[in-house]
Amino acid sequence: MATNILMPALSPTMEEGKLAKWLVKEGDTVKSGTILAEIETDKATMEFEAVDEGKIGKILVPEGSEGVKVNAPIAVLLDEGEKMGDAPAAAAPKQDIPAAMKDIGDAVKKEAAPKTAAAPAAVAPAAKGDGARVFASPLARRIAAGKGIDLSGIAGTGPRGRIVKSDVENAKPGAAKPAAAGAPAAAGGGGIPGVAPLPDARLLYPAGSYEETPHDSMRKAIAKRLTSAKTLIPHYYLTVDCNLDALMAVREKMNAAAPKGKDKVPAYKLSVNDFIMKASAMALMKHPDVNASWTDTAILRHKDADVGVAVALDFGLITPIIFKAQTKGLVEISNEVKTLAALAKDKKLKPNQYEGGGFSVSNLGMYGIKNFTSIINPPQSCIIAVGAGEERPIVKDGKLDIGVVMTVTMSADHRVVDGGTGAKFLQTLKTFIEEPASMLL
Amino acid sequence: MSDAYDVIVVGGGPGGYVCAIRCAQLGLKTAVVERDRMGGICLNWGCIPTKALLRSSEIWHLMHRLDEFGFSADNFKFDIEKIVKRSRAVSKQLSDGVSFLMKKHKIAVIPGEAKLVGKGKLTVTKDGKSADYTAKNIVLATGARARTMPGLEPDGKLIWTYREAMVPPSFPKSLLVVGSGAIGIEFASFYRTLGADVTVVEILDRVMPVEDEEISAFAAKAFTKQGMKLKLGTQVTELKKGADNVTCTLKDKAGKTEQVTVDRVILAMGIVGNVENSGLEAAGIKVDRTHIVAGKYGETGVDGVWAIGDLVGGPWLAHKAMHEGVIVAEKIAGVKGVHPLDTSNVAGCTYCWPQVASVGMTEAKAKESGRKIKVGKFPFIGNGKAIALGEAEGLVKTVFDAETGELLGAHMIGAEVTELIQGYVIAKTGELTDQELSHTIFPHPTLSEMMHEAVLAADGAALHI
Repeated sequence: MATNILMPALSPTMEEGKLAKWLVKEGDTVKSGTILAEIETDKATMEFEAVDEGKIGKILVPEGSEGVKVNAPIAVLLDEGEKMGDAPAAAAPKQDIPAAMKDIGDAVKKEAAPKTAAAPAAVAPAAKGDGARVFASPLARRIAAGKGIDLSGIAGTGPRGRIVKSDVENAKPGAAKPAAAGAPAAAGGGGIPGVAPLPDARLLYPAGSYEETPHDSMRKAIAKRLTSAKTLIPHYYLTVDCNLDALMAVREKMNAAAPKGKDKVPAYKLSVNDFIMKASAMALMKHPDVNASWTDTAILRHKDADVGVAVALDFGLITPIIFKAQTKGLVEISNEVKTLAALAKDKKLKPNQYEGGGFSVSNLGMYGIKNFTSIINPPQSCIIAVGAGEERPIVKDGKLDIGVVMTVTMSADHRVVDGGTGAKFLQTLKTFIEEPASMLL
Repeated sequence: MSDAYDVIVVGGGPGGYVCAIRCAQLGLKTAVVERDRMGGICLNWGCIPTKALLRSSEIWHLMHRLDEFGFSADNFKFDIEKIVKRSRAVSKQLSDGVSFLMKKHKIAVIPGEAKLVGKGKLTVTKDGKSADYTAKNIVLATGARARTMPGLEPDGKLIWTYREAMVPPSFPKSLLVVGSGAIGIEFASFYRTLGADVTVVEILDRVMPVEDEEISAFAAKAFTKQGMKLKLGTQVTELKKGADNVTCTLKDKAGKTEQVTVDRVILAMGIVGNVENSGLEAAGIKVDRTHIVAGKYGETGVDGVWAIGDLVGGPWLAHKAMHEGVIVAEKIAGVKGVHPLDTSNVAGCTYCWPQVASVGMTEAKAKESGRKIKVGKFPFIGNGKAIALGEAEGLVKTVFDAETGELLGAHMIGAEVTELIQGYVIAKTGELTDQELSHTIFPHPTLSEMMHEAVLAADGAALHI
């Protein structure tokens, strides 16, 4: 009996993946445990083993295919002596349908976007007028017509995103019409006088052309906090290059000197970021004006250097804080960052581990980012955005040389930190990074 | 013996085995625990064998109409032993078929009775021997059995449940059927058609009380015409067993009592869930009046334990259990976009003569919901195919929301309506309105044309009446 080999779910959250490589070909005999293919998810590449024995009758999804949905048939497995002709032919096209639907959706999206971007106010009728087909059940259409609801603004929950009765019943009358006063369609910016609310993004895309993921609480918090921070705090930016040659040398020595346990694992492994955390703490102690928070009536200068570190998560980001970092050694900072990051990934951080702080470090160097700017993490006033340490040409004593250089850009709240103050802080920070020993002075 | 599965389904009835197949299709390592035969009550002691019996009674009925169709024969008779034998053979064929399906999908069948003994753990006992199994997910599908009441207990000889009623050792001359739901009325119809003197006692004031009132009334009239005695609004207060008969005391609403003596009694007073001895309480699974309290996707509230079918809430029908089996399997496998079961789209079918089938709200329920409704009706007598078949007795009825055109319910009585109802179920599930149904071209000559006419009739536009 021919059976379909289905795209495996390699993790509980996996929805689709890339069929990176076939390790078997049509006609190969496989048994339980034979590695069939390499499957790539957003996080990893994993080997996919056969569960049953048989012969690969047909490979349905060629290698290199991206976005293969979990449980889509990827190959046909035949029993002993069975020929491909005996296999159920229905399997292959089944998998093609969602892909085809997606293509149509993409095409519609591309077509619709420029037109609508020019005149956002007329979005919904325009999208409809374009002839982009709205998939809705007849009953949903009737109810929508009766209530005066525009279907093009509703996300369908029926088969393949079809709009069904309950979708229309759950939509508020007028919700889909951007012209309606006080439309809940506003996606942001509402509430500030003179600022036009942004239209709901759903109005710009045909229903069914996208997948909707409702906001979880972290996403809501990120959106709210960062919108407030970027809108309400007058940001300005200062950029400085730091030579890491000395730091790298010290780091290497220190890491080499790390005592090893019975299992030969070193007691610590300092990262460049650990040095930056420490350097920030020491620089903050020298420049209390930067280690400060704005209130409507006063500026609060903090007595300790509580330095936050942005941790990227699969589901968002969070900035846990190394409190009193000025009192802590590199090893202590390093280990604490690791512990906090692990807690963050398990969603186990307590508010007192990420609320407050006087300063933050956001490091995207590990992704090869050269330079970027961060949004200030209130109630703090400054955040540094740390890029990758990379070999660059440098001029030393009038000669061209090669050095490991890292670009740091600080975002500062101008209400608290004026340009000169911020620049002086960065100067100190640069010195501490370039000559780590100077932190001991 | 111990083995780790992705899913173990407890119970191999229609809910359980379908769930297992869907799990296997989705690549999950699956096993089914079954204490008796694969297919459960449905295949072995319910839906299927009774359909075989009713087919025999239908043929018997037609034999009495031979002259009408241009035949003659005399001295024909039936052999109850052969009728039962055929019914059992049909069951066996299908049960074997399910066993084959398990094999085909590489689903392990574990014989015995299962009990939850811890997180992801089951002990399966067979003939006093026990073995433990572990699974990431356990789907409980242990089904249900006939309800009994104090004083109304089956003895398997004179007082039967469905189980004995479908394998009668001899043909009873007279019968009292307690309960006029689907099970009771199907047996009443089978035995009455074959010539038994049948009395049906129903505590409510109409037969098949879940059906639309008009359909109930139509059925009552048809049954009475066939010679069935209907005692409505009546209770059985005592069953007194004789040597080879039972004297039943009946009490009507006014308090008037009467006594009826019959050969056999069939108890069909509904079902109770099989919630005992499965370790539910210890596992922390909530049970309400013999049924597990489950979420809309079959969740029991205990991590990794799911429940489907007759074991959970109604309607207690095999096709509902099957669909729940698929939902749970897909939830376990993480399939996206799984929708909960909408009971208003689950049709009910009763294979009495004439057949009854329905989906959605009755006219009375639709009115109660506060909607403005419109109702369409079409009788079998106006349908060419029905007359050609010699089946001119019946009615098709539709209930629509007058404003949105939503099909709220459809109710049918007459020949083959159990095969027709799916048309309305598709319309309901796909959210078609009266307009799409009106615009649909139904093939002629078919019984299905009445479904079209009943839609048109809701707007006073039926063509053939």
